Amino acid sequence: MRSEGRAPFGLKLATLLGLLYLHVPMAFILLYAFTTDDKSYQFPPPGLTLRWFGVAWARQDIWDALWLSVRVGLIATLIAMVLGTLAAAALYRARFFGREVITLLIILPIALPGIVTGIALRAALNLADLPFSFWTIVCGHATFCVVVVYNNALARFRRTSGSLIEASMDLGADGFQTFRHVVLPNLATALLAGGMLAFALSFDEVIVTTFTAGQQTTLPIWMLSELVRPRQRPVTNVVAVFVIAVTLVPILLAYYLTRGTEHVAGGGR
Amino acid sequence: MSEALARRPNPALAAAPGLTRRLSSFLYRHGGLLTLLLLLPPLLWLGVVYLGALFALLIQSFFSFDGFTGQIVHELSLASYQELLTSKANLDIILRTMTMAMAVTIGAALIGFPIAYFMARYASGRVKALCYLAVMLPLWSSYLVRVYAWKLLLAKEGILSWLFAKLHLTWLLERILATPVIGGPSLSVSYLGMFLVFTYIWLPFMILPIQAALERVPRSLIEASADLGARPVATFRNVILPLAFPGVVAGSIFTFSLTLGDYIIPYIIGNSRFFIGQVVYVQQGTAGNIPLAAAFSVVPIVIMAIYLAAAKRLGAFDAL
Repeated sequence: MRSEGRAPFGLKLATLLGLLYLHVPMAFILLYAFTTDDKSYQFPPPGLTLRWFGVAWARQDIWDALWLSVRVGLIATLIAMVLGTLAAAALYRARFFGREVITLLIILPIALPGIVTGIALRAALNLADLPFSFWTIVCGHATFCVVVVYNNALARFRRTSGSLIEASMDLGADGFQTFRHVVLPNLATALLAGGMLAFALSFDEVIVTTFTAGQQTTLPIWMLSELVRPRQRPVTNVVAVFVIAVTLVPILLAYYLTRGTEHVAGGGR
Repeated sequence: MSEALARRPNPALAAAPGLTRRLSSFLYRHGGLLTLLLLLPPLLWLGVVYLGALFALLIQSFFSFDGFTGQIVHELSLASYQELLTSKANLDIILRTMTMAMAVTIGAALIGFPIAYFMARYASGRVKALCYLAVMLPLWSSYLVRVYAWKLLLAKEGILSWLFAKLHLTWLLERILATPVIGGPSLSVSYLGMFLVFTYIWLPFMILPIQAALERVPRSLIEASADLGARPVATFRNVILPLAFPGVVAGSIFTFSLTLGDYIIPYIIGNSRFFIGQVVYVQQGTAGNIPLAAAFSVVPIVIMAIYLAAAKRLGAFDAL
Protein backbone atom coordinates (compact mmCIF):
# COMPACT_ATOMS: atom_id res chain seq x y z
CA MET A 1 0.00 0.00 0.00
CA ARG A 2 2.77 2.42 -0.84
CA SER A 3 1.79 6.03 -0.88
CA GLU A 4 3.35 8.66 -3.12
CA GLY A 5 3.03 11.37 -0.50
CA ARG A 6 5.62 12.30 2.09
CA ALA A 7 5.32 10.96 5.59
CA PRO A 8 3.86 13.37 8.14
CA PHE A 9 6.45 14.77 10.52
CA GLY A 10 4.82 13.18 13.55
CA LEU A 11 5.01 9.73 11.99
CA LYS A 12 8.66 10.15 11.07
CA LEU A 13 9.44 11.29 14.58
CA ALA A 14 7.56 8.36 16.14
CA THR A 15 9.41 5.93 13.85
CA LEU A 16 12.76 7.48 14.63
CA LEU A 17 12.14 7.43 18.39
CA GLY A 18 10.92 3.84 18.21
CA LEU A 19 14.00 2.72 16.30
CA LEU A 20 16.27 4.60 18.69
CA TYR A 21 14.56 2.82 21.57
CA LEU A 22 15.45 -0.44 19.83
CA HIS A 23 19.10 0.40 19.28
CA VAL A 24 20.54 2.97 21.66
CA PRO A 25 20.74 0.67 24.72
CA MET A 26 23.18 -1.65 22.93
CA ALA A 27 25.55 1.24 22.28
CA PHE A 28 26.08 1.73 26.00
CA ILE A 29 27.34 -1.82 26.44
CA LEU A 30 30.16 -0.94 24.09
CA LEU A 31 31.02 2.13 26.14
CA TYR A 32 30.90 0.26 29.43
CA ALA A 33 33.39 -2.33 28.21
CA PHE A 34 36.03 0.41 28.52
CA THR A 35 35.07 1.88 31.87
CA THR A 36 37.56 1.98 34.74
CA ASP A 37 34.76 1.62 37.28
CA ASP A 38 34.24 -1.98 38.34
CA LYS A 39 32.02 -1.54 41.37
CA SER A 40 28.88 0.01 39.90
CA TYR A 41 27.29 1.12 36.67
CA GLN A 42 28.26 4.76 37.10
CA PHE A 43 27.54 7.07 34.19
CA PRO A 44 29.42 8.82 32.74
CA PRO A 45 32.33 6.39 33.29
CA PRO A 46 35.06 7.90 35.47
CA GLY A 47 37.72 6.87 32.97
CA LEU A 48 38.39 4.66 29.99
CA THR A 49 40.75 1.69 29.81
CA LEU A 50 41.52 -1.33 27.65
CA ARG A 51 42.58 -3.51 30.51
CA TRP A 52 39.32 -5.53 30.80
CA PHE A 53 39.87 -7.06 27.39
CA GLY A 54 43.12 -8.53 28.67
CA VAL A 55 41.49 -9.69 31.90
CA ALA A 56 38.68 -11.36 29.99
CA TRP A 57 41.16 -13.02 27.61
CA ALA A 58 42.99 -14.61 30.53
CA ARG A 59 39.86 -16.03 32.16
CA GLN A 60 39.69 -19.79 31.60
CA ASP A 61 36.03 -20.05 32.72
CA ILE A 62 35.01 -17.77 29.84
CA TRP A 63 36.92 -19.86 27.30
CA ASP A 64 35.34 -23.07 28.63
CA ALA A 65 31.85 -21.59 28.43
CA LEU A 66 32.50 -20.26 24.93
CA TRP A 67 33.80 -23.60 23.70
CA LEU A 68 30.77 -25.44 25.10
CA SER A 69 28.41 -22.94 23.45
CA VAL A 70 30.14 -23.30 20.11
CA ARG A 71 30.05 -27.10 20.20
CA VAL A 72 26.39 -27.18 21.22
CA GLY A 73 25.53 -24.60 18.57
CA LEU A 74 27.27 -26.45 15.77
CA ILE A 75 25.73 -29.84 16.48
CA ALA A 76 22.26 -28.44 17.19
CA THR A 77 22.44 -26.47 13.93
CA LEU A 78 23.48 -29.55 11.99
CA ILE A 79 20.56 -31.58 13.35
CA ALA A 80 18.15 -28.71 12.77
CA MET A 81 19.34 -28.26 9.17
CA VAL A 82 18.74 -31.88 8.27
CA LEU A 83 15.36 -32.11 10.00
CA GLY A 84 14.15 -28.68 8.93
CA THR A 85 15.02 -29.24 5.27
CA LEU A 86 13.35 -32.64 5.20
CA ALA A 87 10.21 -31.23 6.77
CA ALA A 88 10.10 -28.31 4.34
CA ALA A 89 10.68 -30.59 1.35
CA ALA A 90 7.83 -32.82 2.43
CA LEU A 91 5.36 -30.11 3.31
CA TYR A 92 5.75 -27.44 0.66
CA ARG A 93 3.68 -29.19 -1.99
CA ALA A 94 1.99 -32.10 -0.30
CA ARG A 95 -1.62 -31.76 0.73
CA PHE A 96 -2.81 -34.43 3.08
CA PHE A 97 -4.90 -34.94 6.14
CA GLY A 98 -3.05 -33.80 9.25
CA ARG A 99 -0.68 -31.47 7.42
CA GLU A 100 -1.75 -28.52 9.55
CA VAL A 101 -1.09 -30.53 12.70
CA ILE A 102 2.46 -31.29 11.58
CA THR A 103 3.08 -27.64 10.71
CA LEU A 104 1.85 -26.71 14.16
CA LEU A 105 4.13 -29.31 15.74
CA ILE A 106 7.17 -27.77 14.03
CA ILE A 107 6.25 -24.23 15.03
CA LEU A 108 5.16 -25.09 18.57
CA PRO A 109 8.64 -25.10 20.19
CA ILE A 110 9.03 -21.39 19.53
CA ALA A 111 5.33 -20.51 19.70
CA LEU A 112 5.05 -21.72 23.28
CA PRO A 113 7.02 -19.75 25.87
CA GLY A 114 10.60 -21.02 26.16
CA ILE A 115 10.02 -21.92 29.75
CA VAL A 116 7.43 -24.54 28.72
CA THR A 117 9.92 -26.23 26.42
CA GLY A 118 12.51 -26.03 29.18
CA ILE A 119 10.46 -27.42 32.01
CA ALA A 120 8.97 -30.08 29.69
CA LEU A 121 12.45 -31.39 28.86
CA ARG A 122 13.41 -31.17 32.51
CA ALA A 123 10.30 -33.14 33.50
CA ALA A 124 11.06 -35.77 30.86
CA LEU A 125 14.69 -36.12 31.99
CA ASN A 126 13.53 -36.51 35.55
CA LEU A 127 10.90 -39.07 34.59
CA ALA A 128 13.30 -41.09 32.45
CA ASP A 129 15.99 -40.75 35.12
CA LEU A 130 18.49 -39.40 32.59
CA PRO A 131 21.42 -37.34 33.87
CA PHE A 132 22.18 -33.89 32.44
CA SER A 133 24.82 -33.99 29.75
CA PHE A 134 26.14 -32.25 26.69
CA TRP A 135 23.48 -34.08 24.66
CA THR A 136 20.57 -32.91 26.78
CA ILE A 137 21.53 -29.33 25.90
CA VAL A 138 21.87 -30.23 22.22
CA CYS A 139 18.45 -31.94 22.21
CA GLY A 140 16.75 -28.84 23.58
CA HIS A 141 18.50 -26.49 21.17
CA ALA A 142 17.94 -28.62 18.07
CA THR A 143 14.24 -28.82 18.84
CA PHE A 144 13.61 -25.10 18.64
CA CYS A 145 16.17 -24.53 15.86
CA VAL A 146 14.31 -26.83 13.43
CA VAL A 147 11.63 -24.22 12.80
CA VAL A 148 14.18 -21.57 11.76
CA VAL A 149 15.69 -23.76 9.07
CA TYR A 150 12.23 -25.01 8.12
CA ASN A 151 10.92 -21.47 7.57
CA ASN A 152 13.88 -20.48 5.41
CA ALA A 153 13.80 -23.65 3.34
CA LEU A 154 10.01 -23.53 2.96
CA ALA A 155 10.08 -19.95 1.69
CA ARG A 156 12.71 -20.90 -0.88
CA PHE A 157 10.89 -24.07 -1.97
CA ARG A 158 7.77 -22.00 -2.57
CA ARG A 159 9.67 -19.51 -4.68
CA THR A 160 11.41 -22.17 -6.72
CA SER A 161 9.28 -22.74 -9.75
CA GLY A 162 7.87 -26.24 -10.07
CA SER A 163 8.46 -26.03 -13.81
CA LEU A 164 12.21 -26.14 -13.18
CA ILE A 165 11.86 -29.53 -11.57
CA GLU A 166 9.56 -30.74 -14.34
CA ALA A 167 12.01 -29.47 -16.96
CA SER A 168 14.81 -31.39 -15.29
CA MET A 169 12.71 -34.56 -15.30
CA ASP A 170 11.72 -34.00 -18.93
CA LEU A 171 15.38 -33.73 -19.84
CA GLY A 172 15.93 -37.16 -18.40
CA ALA A 173 17.17 -36.58 -14.87
CA ASP A 174 15.84 -38.85 -12.19
CA GLY A 175 14.65 -37.64 -8.81
CA PHE A 176 18.07 -37.81 -7.14
CA GLN A 177 19.82 -36.02 -10.00
CA THR A 178 17.11 -33.36 -9.99
CA PHE A 179 17.64 -32.89 -6.30
CA ARG A 180 21.42 -32.75 -6.69
CA HIS A 181 21.60 -30.46 -9.74
CA VAL A 182 18.41 -28.37 -9.56
CA VAL A 183 16.85 -28.30 -6.11
CA LEU A 184 19.97 -28.14 -3.96
CA PRO A 185 21.69 -25.25 -5.79
CA ASN A 186 18.46 -23.28 -5.53
CA LEU A 187 18.15 -24.10 -1.87
CA ALA A 188 21.77 -23.59 -0.83
CA THR A 189 21.72 -19.95 0.26
CA ALA A 190 18.42 -20.39 2.10
CA LEU A 191 19.88 -23.35 3.98
CA LEU A 192 23.02 -21.43 4.80
CA ALA A 193 20.95 -18.52 6.05
CA GLY A 194 18.71 -20.81 8.08
CA GLY A 195 21.71 -22.58 9.52
CA MET A 196 23.36 -19.35 10.57
CA LEU A 197 20.22 -18.05 12.21
CA ALA A 198 19.82 -21.37 13.98
CA PHE A 199 23.38 -21.09 15.24
CA ALA A 200 22.81 -17.53 16.43
CA LEU A 201 19.66 -18.68 18.20
CA SER A 202 21.41 -21.59 19.88
CA PHE A 203 24.52 -19.59 20.76
CA ASP A 204 22.34 -17.09 22.58
CA GLU A 205 19.73 -19.38 24.15
CA VAL A 206 19.46 -19.22 27.89
CA ILE A 207 15.92 -20.12 29.03
CA VAL A 208 15.73 -23.69 27.72
CA THR A 209 19.41 -24.22 28.51
CA THR A 210 19.02 -23.48 32.21
CA PHE A 211 16.63 -26.43 32.42
CA THR A 212 18.73 -28.92 30.48
CA ALA A 213 22.30 -27.99 31.41
CA GLY A 214 22.54 -29.00 35.05
CA GLN A 215 25.94 -27.78 36.26
CA GLN A 216 27.36 -27.12 32.78
CA THR A 217 27.99 -23.51 31.82
CA THR A 218 27.33 -22.23 28.33
CA LEU A 219 28.29 -18.66 27.57
CA PRO A 220 24.74 -17.27 28.12
CA ILE A 221 24.52 -19.14 31.43
CA TRP A 222 27.90 -17.75 32.45
CA MET A 223 26.58 -14.31 31.66
CA LEU A 224 23.34 -14.84 33.51
CA SER A 225 25.19 -15.84 36.66
CA GLU A 226 27.39 -12.74 36.32
CA LEU A 227 24.30 -10.58 35.97
CA VAL A 228 22.74 -11.98 39.10
CA ARG A 229 25.93 -12.01 41.19
CA PRO A 230 28.40 -9.64 39.53
CA ARG A 231 32.06 -10.36 40.20
CA GLN A 232 33.93 -8.22 37.68
CA ARG A 233 31.32 -6.12 35.91
CA PRO A 234 33.57 -4.79 33.13
CA VAL A 235 34.60 -8.34 32.19
CA THR A 236 30.92 -9.12 31.67
CA ASN A 237 30.73 -6.04 29.46
CA VAL A 238 33.64 -7.27 27.38
CA VAL A 239 31.97 -10.67 26.93
CA ALA A 240 28.72 -8.91 26.02
CA VAL A 241 30.50 -6.92 23.31
CA PHE A 242 32.04 -10.13 22.04
CA VAL A 243 28.63 -11.85 21.94
CA ILE A 244 27.16 -8.91 20.03
CA ALA A 245 29.94 -9.17 17.47
CA VAL A 246 29.68 -12.95 17.12
CA THR A 247 25.90 -12.99 16.65
CA LEU A 248 25.91 -9.95 14.36
CA VAL A 249 27.97 -11.65 11.66
CA PRO A 250 25.67 -14.63 10.98
CA ILE A 251 22.57 -12.43 11.18
CA LEU A 252 23.86 -9.94 8.62
CA LEU A 253 25.13 -12.72 6.37
CA ALA A 254 21.77 -14.49 6.56
CA TYR A 255 20.06 -11.23 5.66
CA TYR A 256 22.21 -10.67 2.58
CA LEU A 257 21.91 -14.31 1.53
CA THR A 258 18.12 -14.30 1.50
CA ARG A 259 17.66 -10.72 0.32
CA GLY A 260 15.98 -10.32 -3.05
CA THR A 261 15.25 -14.04 -3.36
CA GLU A 262 11.96 -13.19 -5.09
CA HIS A 263 14.15 -12.95 -8.21
CA VAL A 264 15.37 -16.50 -7.85
CA ALA A 265 15.62 -18.53 -11.05
CA GLY A 266 12.21 -19.44 -12.36
CA GLY A 267 10.54 -17.31 -9.71
CA GLY A 268 8.85 -15.02 -12.21
CA ARG A 269 6.62 -17.61 -13.75
CA MET B 1 22.37 -24.60 -13.06
CA SER B 2 20.74 -23.83 -16.39
CA GLU B 3 24.19 -24.41 -17.87
CA ALA B 4 24.37 -27.80 -16.25
CA LEU B 5 21.18 -28.77 -18.00
CA ALA B 6 22.08 -27.19 -21.32
CA ARG B 7 25.38 -29.03 -21.62
CA ARG B 8 24.69 -32.12 -23.63
CA PRO B 9 25.30 -34.91 -23.31
CA ASN B 10 25.66 -34.47 -19.57
CA PRO B 11 27.59 -37.48 -18.30
CA ALA B 12 26.10 -37.14 -14.85
CA LEU B 13 22.64 -37.46 -16.32
CA ALA B 14 23.37 -40.03 -19.00
CA ALA B 15 25.11 -42.57 -16.83
CA ALA B 16 22.29 -43.07 -14.37
CA PRO B 17 22.51 -46.53 -12.86
CA GLY B 18 19.36 -48.55 -13.20
CA LEU B 19 18.69 -49.08 -9.54
CA THR B 20 18.63 -45.47 -8.42
CA ARG B 21 16.55 -44.61 -11.46
CA ARG B 22 14.03 -47.28 -10.69
CA LEU B 23 13.93 -46.20 -7.05
CA SER B 24 13.50 -42.60 -8.12
CA SER B 25 10.67 -43.44 -10.51
CA PHE B 26 9.02 -45.54 -7.88
CA LEU B 27 9.14 -42.66 -5.40
CA TYR B 28 7.91 -40.26 -8.06
CA ARG B 29 4.90 -42.41 -8.75
CA HIS B 30 4.25 -42.93 -5.06
CA GLY B 31 4.43 -39.30 -3.98
CA GLY B 32 2.77 -40.13 -0.70
CA LEU B 33 5.50 -42.56 0.24
CA LEU B 34 8.17 -39.99 -0.58
CA THR B 35 6.43 -37.43 1.62
CA LEU B 36 6.25 -39.98 4.40
CA LEU B 37 9.94 -40.87 4.10
CA LEU B 38 10.90 -37.21 4.16
CA LEU B 39 8.69 -36.47 7.12
CA LEU B 40 9.71 -39.45 9.18
CA PRO B 41 12.96 -38.12 10.70
CA PRO B 42 11.63 -34.68 11.72
CA LEU B 43 8.42 -36.22 13.01
CA LEU B 44 10.30 -38.82 14.99
CA TRP B 45 12.52 -36.16 16.55
CA LEU B 46 9.73 -33.74 17.39
CA GLY B 47 7.40 -36.55 18.37
CA VAL B 48 9.84 -38.23 20.71
CA VAL B 49 11.84 -35.30 22.07
CA TYR B 50 9.25 -32.56 22.06
CA LEU B 51 5.83 -34.19 22.36
CA GLY B 52 7.34 -36.77 24.66
CA ALA B 53 8.65 -33.98 26.85
CA LEU B 54 5.31 -32.18 26.85
CA PHE B 55 3.62 -35.43 27.79
CA ALA B 56 6.12 -35.95 30.61
CA LEU B 57 5.33 -32.42 31.74
CA LEU B 58 1.64 -33.23 31.88
CA ILE B 59 2.30 -36.45 33.81
CA GLN B 60 4.61 -34.71 36.26
CA SER B 61 1.99 -32.06 36.93
CA PHE B 62 -0.29 -34.82 38.21
CA PHE B 63 2.37 -36.20 40.52
CA SER B 64 2.81 -34.73 43.93
CA PHE B 65 5.79 -33.63 45.97
CA ASP B 66 6.51 -34.83 49.46
CA GLY B 67 7.96 -31.77 51.15
CA PHE B 68 9.05 -33.93 54.05
CA THR B 69 11.32 -36.32 52.19
CA GLY B 70 11.95 -34.04 49.20
CA GLN B 71 10.88 -36.86 46.89
CA ILE B 72 8.44 -36.85 44.01
CA VAL B 73 5.54 -39.20 44.64
CA HIS B 74 4.85 -41.08 41.42
CA GLU B 75 1.11 -41.41 41.91
CA LEU B 76 -1.49 -39.51 39.96
CA SER B 77 -3.20 -36.87 42.03
CA LEU B 78 -4.44 -33.32 41.76
CA ALA B 79 -2.37 -32.14 44.71
CA SER B 80 -0.15 -29.81 42.66
CA TYR B 81 -3.10 -28.16 40.97
CA GLN B 82 -4.82 -27.84 44.30
CA GLU B 83 -1.77 -26.13 45.74
CA LEU B 84 -1.62 -23.92 42.66
CA LEU B 85 -5.22 -22.79 42.70
CA THR B 86 -5.98 -22.49 46.40
CA SER B 87 -3.00 -20.39 47.38
CA LYS B 88 -3.63 -16.65 47.27
CA ALA B 89 0.05 -16.00 46.60
CA ASN B 90 0.03 -18.23 43.53
CA LEU B 91 -3.10 -16.62 42.11
CA ASP B 92 -1.45 -13.22 42.68
CA ILE B 93 1.54 -14.39 40.68
CA ILE B 94 -0.66 -15.48 37.77
CA LEU B 95 -2.60 -12.21 37.85
CA ARG B 96 0.61 -10.15 38.06
CA THR B 97 2.15 -11.95 35.10
CA MET B 98 -0.98 -11.56 32.98
CA THR B 99 -1.27 -7.86 33.80
CA MET B 100 2.35 -7.32 32.80
CA ALA B 101 1.85 -9.31 29.59
CA MET B 102 -1.16 -7.19 28.73
CA ALA B 103 0.61 -3.92 29.48
CA VAL B 104 3.61 -4.97 27.40
CA THR B 105 1.36 -5.99 24.50
CA ILE B 106 -0.42 -2.62 24.51
CA GLY B 107 2.86 -0.73 24.88
CA ALA B 108 4.48 -2.64 22.04
CA ALA B 109 1.45 -2.07 19.80
CA LEU B 110 1.50 1.69 20.48
CA ILE B 111 5.22 2.04 19.82
CA GLY B 112 5.32 -0.51 17.01
CA PHE B 113 2.39 0.66 14.92
CA PRO B 114 3.92 3.96 13.73
CA ILE B 115 7.12 2.17 12.74
CA ALA B 116 5.23 -0.51 10.83
CA TYR B 117 3.01 2.12 9.23
CA PHE B 118 5.97 4.19 8.12
CA MET B 119 7.73 1.11 6.73
CA ALA B 120 4.70 -0.11 4.80
CA ARG B 121 3.36 3.19 3.55
CA TYR B 122 6.19 5.65 3.11
CA ALA B 123 9.53 3.92 3.12
CA SER B 124 11.04 2.59 -0.09
CA GLY B 125 14.34 1.43 -1.47
CA ARG B 126 17.26 1.99 0.86
CA VAL B 127 15.21 3.50 3.68
CA LYS B 128 12.93 0.51 3.72
CA ALA B 129 15.80 -1.98 3.68
CA LEU B 130 17.45 -0.06 6.49
CA CYS B 131 14.25 0.01 8.56
CA TYR B 132 13.74 -3.68 7.96
CA LEU B 133 17.27 -4.45 9.08
CA ALA B 134 16.85 -2.17 12.09
CA VAL B 135 13.82 -4.19 13.18
CA MET B 136 15.26 -7.61 12.32
CA LEU B 137 18.63 -7.13 13.96
CA PRO B 138 17.41 -6.87 17.57
CA LEU B 139 15.13 -9.84 16.95
CA TRP B 140 18.10 -12.09 16.40
CA SER B 141 20.79 -10.47 18.48
CA SER B 142 21.59 -11.65 21.95
CA TYR B 143 18.60 -11.56 24.27
CA LEU B 144 20.70 -11.60 27.40
CA VAL B 145 22.96 -8.79 26.26
CA ARG B 146 19.92 -6.69 25.42
CA VAL B 147 18.49 -7.24 28.90
CA TYR B 148 21.88 -6.46 30.36
CA ALA B 149 22.01 -3.15 28.50
CA TRP B 150 18.94 -2.07 30.41
CA LYS B 151 20.54 -2.92 33.70
CA LEU B 152 23.13 -0.30 32.83
CA LEU B 153 20.46 2.15 31.74
CA LEU B 154 18.15 1.72 34.71
CA ALA B 155 20.69 1.46 37.54
CA LYS B 156 20.40 4.08 40.26
CA GLU B 157 23.79 5.53 39.33
CA GLY B 158 23.20 4.75 35.66
CA ILE B 159 22.43 6.56 32.45
CA LEU B 160 18.74 7.39 32.85
CA SER B 161 19.24 8.93 36.29
CA TRP B 162 22.12 10.96 34.87
CA LEU B 163 19.95 12.10 31.96
CA PHE B 164 17.11 13.16 34.25
CA ALA B 165 19.58 15.07 36.44
CA LYS B 166 21.11 16.86 33.43
CA LEU B 167 17.65 17.92 32.31
CA HIS B 168 16.88 19.10 35.88
CA LEU B 169 14.08 16.57 35.99
CA THR B 170 15.25 14.50 38.95
CA TRP B 171 12.05 15.55 40.76
CA LEU B 172 10.03 13.97 37.95
CA LEU B 173 11.94 10.69 38.24
CA GLU B 174 11.42 10.71 42.00
CA ARG B 175 7.74 11.43 41.53
CA ILE B 176 7.48 8.48 39.12
CA LEU B 177 9.36 6.18 41.47
CA ALA B 178 7.14 7.28 44.36
CA THR B 179 4.05 6.17 42.46
CA PRO B 180 2.67 3.06 44.10
CA VAL B 181 2.70 -0.22 42.14
CA ILE B 182 4.82 0.91 39.18
CA GLY B 183 7.53 2.62 41.25
CA GLY B 184 10.19 1.37 43.64
CA PRO B 185 13.50 2.36 45.18
CA SER B 186 15.12 2.56 41.74
CA LEU B 187 14.03 2.03 38.15
CA SER B 188 16.01 -1.20 37.97
CA VAL B 189 13.80 -2.86 40.59
CA SER B 190 10.46 -1.34 39.58
CA TYR B 191 7.60 -2.65 37.47
CA LEU B 192 7.98 0.40 35.25
CA GLY B 193 11.56 -0.60 34.49
CA MET B 194 10.50 -4.17 33.87
CA PHE B 195 7.78 -2.96 31.52
CA LEU B 196 10.31 -0.89 29.57
CA VAL B 197 12.63 -3.87 29.19
CA PHE B 198 9.90 -6.31 28.19
CA THR B 199 8.56 -3.88 25.60
CA TYR B 200 12.05 -3.24 24.29
CA ILE B 201 12.82 -6.93 23.95
CA TRP B 202 9.58 -8.04 22.27
CA LEU B 203 8.89 -4.93 20.16
CA PRO B 204 10.21 -6.39 16.86
CA PHE B 205 7.77 -9.30 17.20
CA MET B 206 4.96 -6.74 17.13
CA ILE B 207 6.27 -4.58 14.29
CA LEU B 208 6.79 -7.31 11.69
CA PRO B 209 3.24 -8.78 11.60
CA ILE B 210 1.67 -5.30 11.58
CA GLN B 211 3.94 -4.30 8.72
CA ALA B 212 3.04 -7.48 6.81
CA ALA B 213 -0.67 -6.80 7.31
CA LEU B 214 -0.28 -3.17 6.19
CA GLU B 215 1.67 -4.18 3.10
CA ARG B 216 -1.29 -6.25 2.01
CA VAL B 217 -3.79 -3.36 2.14
CA PRO B 218 -4.50 -2.72 -1.55
CA ARG B 219 -3.76 0.78 -2.65
CA SER B 220 -6.94 0.88 -4.70
CA LEU B 221 -8.92 0.60 -1.48
CA ILE B 222 -7.27 3.71 -0.08
CA GLU B 223 -7.80 5.56 -3.33
CA ALA B 224 -11.42 4.46 -3.44
CA SER B 225 -11.89 5.77 0.07
CA ALA B 226 -10.39 9.10 -0.94
CA ASP B 227 -12.50 9.22 -4.12
CA LEU B 228 -15.60 8.72 -2.02
CA GLY B 229 -14.67 11.84 -0.10
CA ALA B 230 -13.00 10.45 3.03
CA ARG B 231 -10.28 12.59 4.52
CA PRO B 232 -6.99 10.82 5.25
CA VAL B 233 -7.89 10.53 8.93
CA ALA B 234 -11.23 8.92 8.09
CA THR B 235 -9.54 6.56 5.62
CA PHE B 236 -7.03 5.60 8.28
CA ARG B 237 -9.73 4.95 10.87
CA ASN B 238 -12.25 3.17 8.66
CA VAL B 239 -10.11 1.39 6.07
CA ILE B 240 -6.50 0.97 7.13
CA LEU B 241 -6.90 0.34 10.84
CA PRO B 242 -9.51 -2.46 10.52
CA LEU B 243 -7.36 -4.17 7.89
CA ALA B 244 -4.22 -3.82 10.01
CA PHE B 245 -5.91 -5.12 13.14
CA PRO B 246 -5.31 -8.83 12.43
CA GLY B 247 -1.61 -7.93 12.21
CA VAL B 248 -1.76 -6.32 15.63
CA VAL B 249 -3.44 -9.43 17.03
CA ALA B 250 -0.82 -11.64 15.40
CA GLY B 251 1.93 -9.54 16.97
CA SER B 252 0.19 -9.62 20.32
CA ILE B 253 0.34 -13.43 20.30
CA PHE B 254 4.12 -13.17 20.45
CA THR B 255 4.40 -10.30 22.92
CA PHE B 256 1.82 -11.85 25.22
CA SER B 257 3.17 -15.39 25.08
CA LEU B 258 6.81 -14.38 25.40
CA THR B 259 6.11 -12.14 28.39
CA LEU B 260 4.08 -14.86 30.08
CA GLY B 261 6.91 -17.34 29.90
CA ASP B 262 9.91 -15.15 30.59
CA TYR B 263 11.75 -15.48 33.87
CA ILE B 264 15.07 -13.82 33.09
CA ILE B 265 13.78 -10.24 32.98
CA PRO B 266 11.86 -10.39 36.28
CA TYR B 267 14.92 -12.14 37.73
CA ILE B 268 17.39 -9.43 36.67
CA ILE B 269 15.28 -6.28 36.61
CA GLY B 270 12.41 -6.99 38.98
CA ASN B 271 11.99 -7.01 42.72
CA SER B 272 11.36 -10.06 44.86
CA ARG B 273 7.76 -10.46 43.70
CA PHE B 274 7.59 -13.52 41.51
CA PHE B 275 6.28 -14.02 38.00
CA ILE B 276 5.06 -17.35 36.59
CA GLY B 277 8.37 -18.14 34.92
CA GLN B 278 10.35 -17.53 38.11
CA VAL B 279 8.17 -19.86 40.14
CA VAL B 280 8.64 -22.59 37.55
CA TYR B 281 12.38 -22.05 37.59
CA VAL B 282 12.75 -21.91 41.35
CA GLN B 283 10.43 -24.84 42.05
CA GLN B 284 12.19 -27.19 39.63
CA GLY B 285 15.64 -26.01 40.67
CA THR B 286 16.52 -25.52 44.30
CA ALA B 287 13.21 -26.82 45.62
CA GLY B 288 13.20 -29.89 43.35
CA ASN B 289 9.40 -29.68 43.25
CA ILE B 290 8.98 -30.57 39.60
CA PRO B 291 5.24 -31.40 39.96
CA LEU B 292 4.36 -27.89 41.13
CA ALA B 293 6.65 -26.35 38.51
CA ALA B 294 4.93 -28.48 35.87
CA ALA B 295 1.47 -27.50 37.08
CA PHE B 296 2.53 -23.84 37.04
CA SER B 297 3.80 -24.08 33.48
CA VAL B 298 0.46 -25.51 32.39
CA VAL B 299 -1.00 -22.07 33.25
CA PRO B 300 0.65 -20.18 30.36
CA ILE B 301 -0.22 -23.06 28.02
CA VAL B 302 -3.90 -22.80 28.95
CA ILE B 303 -3.87 -19.01 28.74
CA MET B 304 -2.19 -19.14 25.33
CA ALA B 305 -4.65 -21.76 24.08
CA ILE B 306 -7.55 -19.47 24.96
CA TYR B 307 -5.71 -16.50 23.47
CA LEU B 308 -4.94 -18.36 20.23
CA ALA B 309 -8.56 -19.46 19.88
CA ALA B 310 -9.66 -15.84 20.25
CA ALA B 311 -6.93 -14.66 17.86
CA LYS B 312 -8.03 -17.18 15.26
CA ARG B 313 -11.55 -15.73 15.34
CA LEU B 314 -10.08 -12.28 14.78
CA GLY B 315 -8.27 -13.52 11.68
CA ALA B 316 -4.77 -13.16 13.09
CA PHE B 317 -3.44 -16.33 11.47
CA ASP B 318 -3.90 -14.97 7.98
CA ALA B 319 -1.65 -12.10 8.98
CA LEU B 320 1.25 -14.19 10.21
